[in-house]
Amino acid sequence: MYKIAKENLSALFQLIADNQELYLPVKTAGQTNFGAWSKDAEVDLDTLKTVKSAKDAFFPQSEGLYTVRKEGKKMSVEPESLKEQDFVVFGMKACDVKGLEVLDKVFLSDPVDTFYAARRDHGTIVALACHEPEETCFCKVFGVDAASPASDVAVWTAGEELYWKALTEKGEALTETVKELLTDDADGEAKVEAEKENIHKIVEKLPYMNLSLEGWNGDALSEKFDSPIWEELYKPCLACGTCTFVCPTCQCYDIKDYTAGNSVSRYRCWDSCMYSDFTMMAHGNNRTSQMQRFRQRFMHKLVYYPANNDGMYSCVGCGRCVEKCPQALNIVKVVKAFQNQGGEK
Amino acid sequence: MPLEKKEFKPKIVAFCCNWCSYAGADLAGSSRLTYPADVKIIRVPCSCRVNPMFILRAFEKGADGVIMCGCHPGDCHYSTGNYYARRRMTLLFSMLDYIGVENGRTRVEWVSAAEGVKFSDTMNSFVEKIYSLGENVRLGDLRCKS
Amino acid sequence: MQELINRAKELLADGTVARVLGWKAGDLPYNPEPAYFETEDELKDFVYNGFCGANLSKYMIEASKLEGKTMVCLKPCDTYSFNQLLKEHRVDREKAYIVGVGCKGKLDIERIKKQGIKGIESIEGAEITDGADTLKIRTIYGEKTLAYGDAMLERCHVCKGKDHMVFDEQIGESKETKDAERFDEVAKIEAMSPEEKFAFFRSELSKCIRCNACRNACPACSCRKCVFDSNKFDSSQKANVDSFEEKMFHIIRAFHVAGRCTDCGECSRVCPQGIPLHLFNRKFIKDIDELYGEYQAGADTESTAPLTDYTFEDAEPSIVGKRG
Repeated sequence: MYKIAKENLSALFQLIADNQELYLPVKTAGQTNFGAWSKDAEVDLDTLKTVKSAKDAFFPQSEGLYTVRKEGKKMSVEPESLKEQDFVVFGMKACDVKGLEVLDKVFLSDPVDTFYAARRDHGTIVALACHEPEETCFCKVFGVDAASPASDVAVWTAGEELYWKALTEKGEALTETVKELLTDDADGEAKVEAEKENIHKIVEKLPYMNLSLEGWNGDALSEKFDSPIWEELYKPCLACGTCTFVCPTCQCYDIKDYTAGNSVSRYRCWDSCMYSDFTMMAHGNNRTSQMQRFRQRFMHKLVYYPANNDGMYSCVGCGRCVEKCPQALNIVKVVKAFQNQGGEK
Repeated sequence: MPLEKKEFKPKIVAFCCNWCSYAGADLAGSSRLTYPADVKIIRVPCSCRVNPMFILRAFEKGADGVIMCGCHPGDCHYSTGNYYARRRMTLLFSMLDYIGVENGRTRVEWVSAAEGVKFSDTMNSFVEKIYSLGENVRLGDLRCKS
Repeated sequence: MQELINRAKELLADGTVARVLGWKAGDLPYNPEPAYFETEDELKDFVYNGFCGANLSKYMIEASKLEGKTMVCLKPCDTYSFNQLLKEHRVDREKAYIVGVGCKGKLDIERIKKQGIKGIESIEGAEITDGADTLKIRTIYGEKTLAYGDAMLERCHVCKGKDHMVFDEQIGESKETKDAERFDEVAKIEAMSPEEKFAFFRSELSKCIRCNACRNACPACSCRKCVFDSNKFDSSQKANVDSFEEKMFHIIRAFHVAGRCTDCGECSRVCPQGIPLHLFNRKFIKDIDELYGEYQAGADTESTAPLTDYTFEDAEPSIVGKRG
């Protein structure tokens, strides 16, 4: 177990950034999101949740695929190159890390998404245990331990010190490169255990931690799909894409072309199942009402995905949708609505 | 190979009303008046046809300046089109100025079919202005530059 | 609030209205959601407090298509939006039973959290009837207090007033919350140099995630098909590219609602990235006021909108560079 004083963090970031790219929570115009580190960037590790998840570092919101160029009568195709440099993402939380596991099942299963795979190969994740979980968190419900992120390096806060522990080979390698700033601490284990216990205690107090997911699985498909509850639930939904874009596990994307005079670049960008043109096909759209689109999102997270992935849900309980939905709708309200309905019957 | 410093050649889009300034450009031509070849004219049925999106698109695709020419107030072929256009463009230009796009990059001039001289003068002075402002870097899409 | 519930029950019972459009208590102290209530029993979840910021007039577009009347709770600022929708024939006055509800300023949970308050368990002082000027917030990390004014939405600091523009009846008192000038922020930006202006908007708009929340919450954005959703047009790019796309979206959106925007502030309230989108709309309102005479969209249902009107003497576009 290593430790580093908080005041030495900027030296640590500098050292990491000397060798590779570094992404971490950065505050821009009052909001904290993952961004590239620079000397002038305002690093913000105190905000528990970045607005967008760290998904961007591996699956960017917009990413070029290839460009077709025309010069005279010649055409050329230039594929976008895959990620070749190593990079570090610092300050992810346990839920974000679990979110990547969800994305892995989608992008790394056959056929492998090479863009995503390259980023996963080159990325090292340094995750921070959640020092002060908030009322919107419910990661425990999805089997995430806020105190022990399953990353390459795990970091715990204790007073003015951060404790650093490499968990994987990649993590060891990163630790080697920054060793000059880390000090060995024999008492570290005890301090980290205390912090973990502290986190677990707080987690127990959170209002959503006892949410029950009973009945949400592939077997319940038709029962859930045909439920009249959706008709009531979707009504306040504005059909914006906030929940999908702040979500660490939403993985749907659209592929579009950008025409720039003599060239056309094909890119992909996140899409939202809340949008009217989501999965639009030549014959039109297969979900024609907002109720259907709304249902799709939650059915996907809690029924379709677990049915295809051995019961693993594609929600990690980060609570970003709880915080950001303009009309205060969210996955917790959906689960609870079905629970209450069951009780009344 | 030595790197040559690329000379700035502005791209300028002029939206011209079919009934006045477009004919004014013709007159300028037949009167042997000159205006810089940097100006690309797009003919529109009325200045009122110019949607604010047209202006922004022009900048996106690499224009360094956009000018709109229509009939003098009171002379619109459709009676009132240019009045509406005038309000729209005033507000749009004000907004562009507000977000930090230099206001010399946008202009509206009323040029009738009989004003070949005015057309040529207007274009000359506008192009000069754009030369002084240099390349538009604030409203272009990078993907169009490569 | 009880008065409101009682009245809703009466109206439902005597058949005046078929449903009530209001807010339903959430599962956290601050997240009530807009909801329809069709029976007396359902009304037990009805809530109206400081966190009911959502402008319900937009929901009336859909509610106007339903059978029977809808009782809708509108705050003073929401009634401007309703009026504007009425003027544009997007809602049916006959289908609405408007209860003008009192308002003492709406709270902004984002702003509360920005002040370092987390792990919220309960909030006292947000009730509409509470006279107190402070919020008592109990959190798992201890108790905090906050002045009501420091937790309010931006729009409430520049409140348009306590009067409902349209209503069938009024319930509850409103409070004066205005303590800032509406155009101050806009004027501050206008005074910047082009470089500063550009840097300011670039940094704000770079946060945009193209979620369309601003558009979808906006009562003025009531087009059946938005130009930014049209696949036949280059504009539905969805790309998160900060060199141009976002500017295009926000400028054009603000332009499309210019002269129709009532400045209800929903766009800024719903933005997950906290972009001060009202600065775009307010710039247009300020320009319209200065160039074409004072105009408040939604104050009435008859006047001609500034962009569908003209005079021979209107200012020329070149005025933009000449104004101080």
